[in-house]
Amino acid sequence: MKKYLPLLIAGILALLPLIGLSSYWMHILILVIMWSVIGMAWNLLGGYCGQVSFGHAAFFGVGAYTAGILYNKTGMSAWWGLPASIVVVALFALLIGYICLRLKGPFFALGTLAMGVILRVTAENLTTITEGDLGIMIRERTWIDKTYYFYIILILAVASFFVVKKVIESKLGYYFVAIREDQDAAESLGINTTFYKTVALSLSAVITGLAGAFYTNYMGYIDPKIVFALHDISIVTIMVVMVGGVATFWGPFVGAIIMVFLAELIRSIPKLGAAHHTFFGILLILIIIYLPNGITGDNPKLKRLLRMGKTT
Amino acid sequence: MTAPQVEVLLQTILSGLLLGGLYALIGIGMTLIMGVMKIINLAHGELMMVGMYIAYVLFSTFHIDPYLSILVAAPALFLLGVFLQKFLINPVMKVDAIIPENQVILTVGIGMVLANIATIIFSSDYKTTPVDYATKAWYLSDIWKTSPIEISLSLPWTVSFCCALAITGGLWFFLGKTDMGKSIRATAQDKDAALLMGVNVEKMRVVTFGLGSALVGSAGCLFIPIYYLYPDLGGQFTLTAFVITILGGLGSTVGAIVGGLILGVFESLTSTYAGMGWAPVGRFVIFLAALIFVPQGIMSLFTRKRFGK
Repeated sequence: MKKYLPLLIAGILALLPLIGLSSYWMHILILVIMWSVIGMAWNLLGGYCGQVSFGHAAFFGVGAYTAGILYNKTGMSAWWGLPASIVVVALFALLIGYICLRLKGPFFALGTLAMGVILRVTAENLTTITEGDLGIMIRERTWIDKTYYFYIILILAVASFFVVKKVIESKLGYYFVAIREDQDAAESLGINTTFYKTVALSLSAVITGLAGAFYTNYMGYIDPKIVFALHDISIVTIMVVMVGGVATFWGPFVGAIIMVFLAELIRSIPKLGAAHHTFFGILLILIIIYLPNGITGDNPKLKRLLRMGKTT
Repeated sequence: MTAPQVEVLLQTILSGLLLGGLYALIGIGMTLIMGVMKIINLAHGELMMVGMYIAYVLFSTFHIDPYLSILVAAPALFLLGVFLQKFLINPVMKVDAIIPENQVILTVGIGMVLANIATIIFSSDYKTTPVDYATKAWYLSDIWKTSPIEISLSLPWTVSFCCALAITGGLWFFLGKTDMGKSIRATAQDKDAALLMGVNVEKMRVVTFGLGSALVGSAGCLFIPIYYLYPDLGGQFTLTAFVITILGGLGSTVGAIVGGLILGVFESLTSTYAGMGWAPVGRFVIFLAALIFVPQGIMSLFTRKRFGK
């Protein structure tokens, strides 16, 4: 039963559009799946390999801009951005990895954060290539109906789920966990830590970049402040994983559902809409203090807490 | 180079130094916290923003000079820092989690809440304190009548720089000469040894976080006469502080001062010669160069020789 659970859930999700959901609900579903893709990517690097990145917006943005620039400069369909972004984002990941992977722990986190900001400022200033703050608009939408977009992102999500699962269950995954637990010990056992950290970073970056390229196609408009956003992309990515469950397969999915619905819920309450960062921040603080491994990761603890609540 | 070009260059370097003095104050706060607690405080810029809003409120309601508001903002920020450390960060340091960088992510959460609360209270408009001396400047020719080149410096920048120097001096005295300062340095050097020597490590952590917050809060008060203020301003200063810390070497106070000055001059040079929009990129070029060429920080260049012997 447990073996077929991923297929079962993917099947249920694939059938969802058939029951005739409204356009708004389709949008929410697409966002949930997109965020779980990004969350899975971050989880590979942060959860399993222990390299907490604060700059996943960098990869997301590079992916999004690859598709956007391809469309804007050559007139090709922005969908070609998906395959193109794999190459471009991988190159960026190697470069960023070369610089940032010299840093350990919290310093790596800040190094990647700085990378995200550098790329944002560069995209704002290189107006000849990126159109700067004007952003890039995809003028012809491929489909009006959201169902097609839904299936594309679903395929992407299922593919990345299996890639992450395969990687983590292979030898590579054990190397990652060894690096997370103790980098020096891993090194002394003959694991080339720099190499495997680069592998984790590139893989994570490529998946995030694909989500970014999809975002360009789906939303039809990108600008540096949206796709390289620190709070709305990088931090939300971390929150998706932290809330859902660090180093679990289902964590990012659970986290994405909670975060997207929470964001929509807060935004729909008048007057409170402006305060959504406060709610996110408070949620983050509470999660870190009480459920440091996320809802899926701390499942036994959560159950115990709930039972205690019932008896008293 | 012709005389006007020399003037521009000197002018740029001098205003860079003035900016760097303020940056150093921000950097010292972060470096202190990093040295003692071994965590990076990503809410650092947001704490500075709180300090700036305190100065702004005092100015707009009671017409108190921003420089005098340091006397209110620094203690207030000290209390805020103590509160954050005692009730949020300390509990998390004891929690066992898969990701070791939990405290860093926690400070991000704190920063988000602070910035958002500021947006709700003050709206996201740009605010300034229109003091009457904001546009005044002094000229080199006022002091040195026959000087061959002319240099002008903004008066508030100069006053801020001098205040920053005074605060840094006071801090140096506190850390070097008082018992509590010595205990803080001992905790930074070796927590366990300090504990064995009878230093109350928990208390030192709380005091250090408060002190770091107070420093960055007073830096905010020094910044507000010459800068504008909006709720999301914190993020860029957090990054600045981090760049300074990396540049100066982790946990080194002197390094933070040198790093701050270098960064100020470099940023000033980029905005003069490459355009204002590129100034943040210049900051990160320095950051990357520091990471690649002097990963131990600027101060290691001076100490390495001693180790070689």
